Amino acid sequence: MNSSSGKTYMSTSNCSTGRKAGDAAAAAADQFPVGLRVLVVDDDPTCLMILEKMLRTCLYEVTKCNRAETALSMLRENKSGFDVVISDVHMPDMDGFKLLEHIGLEMDLPVIMMSADDGKHVVMKGVTHGACDYLIKPVRIEALKNIWQHVVRKRKNEWKDFEQSGSVEEGDRQLKQSEEADYSSSANEGNWKSSKRRKDDEDETDERDDTSSLKKPRVVWSVELHQQFVAAVNQLGIDKAVPKKILELMNVPGLTRENVASHLQKYRLYLRRLSGVSQHPSNLNNSFMSPQEATFGPLSSLNGLDLQTLAATGQLPAQSLVTLQAAGLGQSTGKSGIPMPLVDQRNIFSFENPKIRFREGQQHVNNNKQMNLLHGIPTTMEPKQLAGLHHGAQSMGNLNMQVASHGSQSSQNNPLLMQMAQPQVRGQMLNDTSLGHAPRLLAPMGQPILSNGVAANVSTRNGIQENIRAPSYNPVSQTSSMLNFPMNHASELPRNSFPLGSTPGISSLTPKVAFQEDVNSDIKGSVGFLPSYDIFNDLNQHKPQNWELQNVGMTFDTSQHSNSLQGNLNHAHSVLVQQGFSSGQVNGQNRSATVVSKAMFSSGDSTGHVNAQNGNQHLNSLLVDSTVRVKSETPTNLYPDDFGQEDLMSALLKQQDAMAPAEHEFDFDGYSLDNIPV
Amino acid sequence: MERNPLRRQLQIMRKSLFDQGYLDEQFVQLEELQDDSNPNFVEEVVTLYYRDSARLILNIEQALERKPYNFHKLDAYMHQFKGSSSSIGAKKVKAESTLFREYCKSGNGEGCMRCFQQLKKEYATLRKKLEAYFQVARQAGPMETACRPK
Repeated sequence: MNSSSGKTYMSTSNCSTGRKAGDAAAAAADQFPVGLRVLVVDDDPTCLMILEKMLRTCLYEVTKCNRAETALSMLRENKSGFDVVISDVHMPDMDGFKLLEHIGLEMDLPVIMMSADDGKHVVMKGVTHGACDYLIKPVRIEALKNIWQHVVRKRKNEWKDFEQSGSVEEGDRQLKQSEEADYSSSANEGNWKSSKRRKDDEDETDERDDTSSLKKPRVVWSVELHQQFVAAVNQLGIDKAVPKKILELMNVPGLTRENVASHLQKYRLYLRRLSGVSQHPSNLNNSFMSPQEATFGPLSSLNGLDLQTLAATGQLPAQSLVTLQAAGLGQSTGKSGIPMPLVDQRNIFSFENPKIRFREGQQHVNNNKQMNLLHGIPTTMEPKQLAGLHHGAQSMGNLNMQVASHGSQSSQNNPLLMQMAQPQVRGQMLNDTSLGHAPRLLAPMGQPILSNGVAANVSTRNGIQENIRAPSYNPVSQTSSMLNFPMNHASELPRNSFPLGSTPGISSLTPKVAFQEDVNSDIKGSVGFLPSYDIFNDLNQHKPQNWELQNVGMTFDTSQHSNSLQGNLNHAHSVLVQQGFSSGQVNGQNRSATVVSKAMFSSGDSTGHVNAQNGNQHLNSLLVDSTVRVKSETPTNLYPDDFGQEDLMSALLKQQDAMAPAEHEFDFDGYSLDNIPV
Repeated sequence: MERNPLRRQLQIMRKSLFDQGYLDEQFVQLEELQDDSNPNFVEEVVTLYYRDSARLILNIEQALERKPYNFHKLDAYMHQFKGSSSSIGAKKVKAESTLFREYCKSGNGEGCMRCFQQLKKEYATLRKKLEAYFQVARQAGPMETACRPK
């Protein structure tokens, strides 16, 4: 690094701005942090001018913007055009935190918040929303000199997450690409950030080719877009859905058949994973299946079943799921029957990529503990929950819907629910008892993994929202029963409400499903299910936003998050389920769940706030970071790696979908996992 | 000590602004940003500030004409105003803004009104002083118009 050349650059600092992104990137790479591309957003022109000048003095390449909307569209147009974003908190057209979430979800860039307000709660809000730093105005140049550290840190985490996620090789590939991309045109790759998530094999490759080969303009698979996509697919029937027709149905200007095709590919993969039929060695199937066989012992079977359902989201015929669920439910005290509506398909879809840990989770899903396999059968789900679930499910399509509604849920456990997590969390988490907070969040994963108890604590707010968001994938919905992740079914898991808490704020939802094998024993938070779900209760506050954003980020951001998320969610879900069930260690489970979701949900907290952090696209990172160690030691807790997280997620999501898209309403607060005797 | 009388005068003016508490450290930050490529940076920023904040002052004034007071709104406006003022180092103005917000939080309409009047005075005074300052600065020449002793 030519740090010493900084001085010499003084005079030429202004020149750098004129350089093209590519050149700048190249130059930047050499002289990092010189040339760091900063986007600063502030409605106050005086501050904006000063900041710009300060940043230029630091030799950064500055773009200023006085409106959040403008900033967002700038970012969308050129995802890899910026390295870091600095934004004011109070802006007239959009709340700074909302922008933060959007950016996190869609672009996964480090965002620094600033404000003249230095009140603790505001700063906390920044943290929970995923801001990587918070500056108090008036900002001094010294504070700006070091912002490059956030870029480095994020990158580092991404890689790490990536590595931890299931597909290491994928990751490697991705990593390499990302690394090369570096500042610059990370390219097509970047678009989906799928690199991180993509675990899938062939699809990945294809995708990559698709996205990385030509310099196509990136398509952001926003929640809305994904919803449209899912709706179109459903309309046509998953078997008959061909890109051309989907494209026609969607009728989105600017969207090409190729975009749809590659997205469909991912989606299919995701579904496959959910149904456990994935080509991948998803042990999910196994895991799931077994549970089925197994008695639905209150926890165990359920878990397993859930997994199955999850896995089968797409594949398992609804009936099986139902059966499972019934079985599970029957056994389960029905408490947790929170049939988390399977997360919208969308969710599932998003989880697709992460095929990660979900697998693992799934295995664990066998929580034989009373997991209410609520596979979608909202048996015990409290009406509220169910409602919520359904709600969620329905809204899954509407991503935001749920989220918003849930947001209100105080779901402590929200985090679990991570939006991403397809509703799995939700439903499941809600396991009877604690349904209170039903970690519904988790469920959001396509398969509304109705983690029955698990989600309980999950702040439904978040979770539910998620669930709701979950793309209402029909297939998944059927499974709705599926995902009822019997997570804490019956068992008092509710407590678990994903207290994965340990990892509060799993910001990166990156589904990295880093659920890794470790999950088994301790569900590490790697669950990247939920895309940055902050399990913080605080999230609840943001609910509407959080969820939306989260969900969006998670599930919908198909580009990357979703997949990861899904995967993660599933994974997490499994974990959750497992956790919850196995021994009703609510806590443990929650952990797992949270862990899983952590990634997504930011699990960890028992608060279950899953903050799908803005879509960190790197759910993976979440997963990895989840430190939630599931104490629940029951091996079942963490779904074995087999369980593709994605599957799990999908299952969860599906369930969620089925369950109650509208979960938002669930006030899972009622379910406190604390009841669950661990 | 500056031999150039204008520069000397400038230095004195500057010192007085700081000593009397009109400006704080943030103003120095602005001065440090000024360089050859932007020789009038400080003046430009201050001009921009006065232009933009006039709008906020107006908003607050209008809000204070409507009874009962919408404290939430008033607080929001003042928050913005405060942020702006603090970014140029307007110390007294910033202090009045903080006080105003306190009154808003406690729902003290009278206090708000009184405080606002005081704020406007400080705001106007600072403007005059800075205008005079920049005038001398321009006359004194680009060099060392607002440099702190190295």
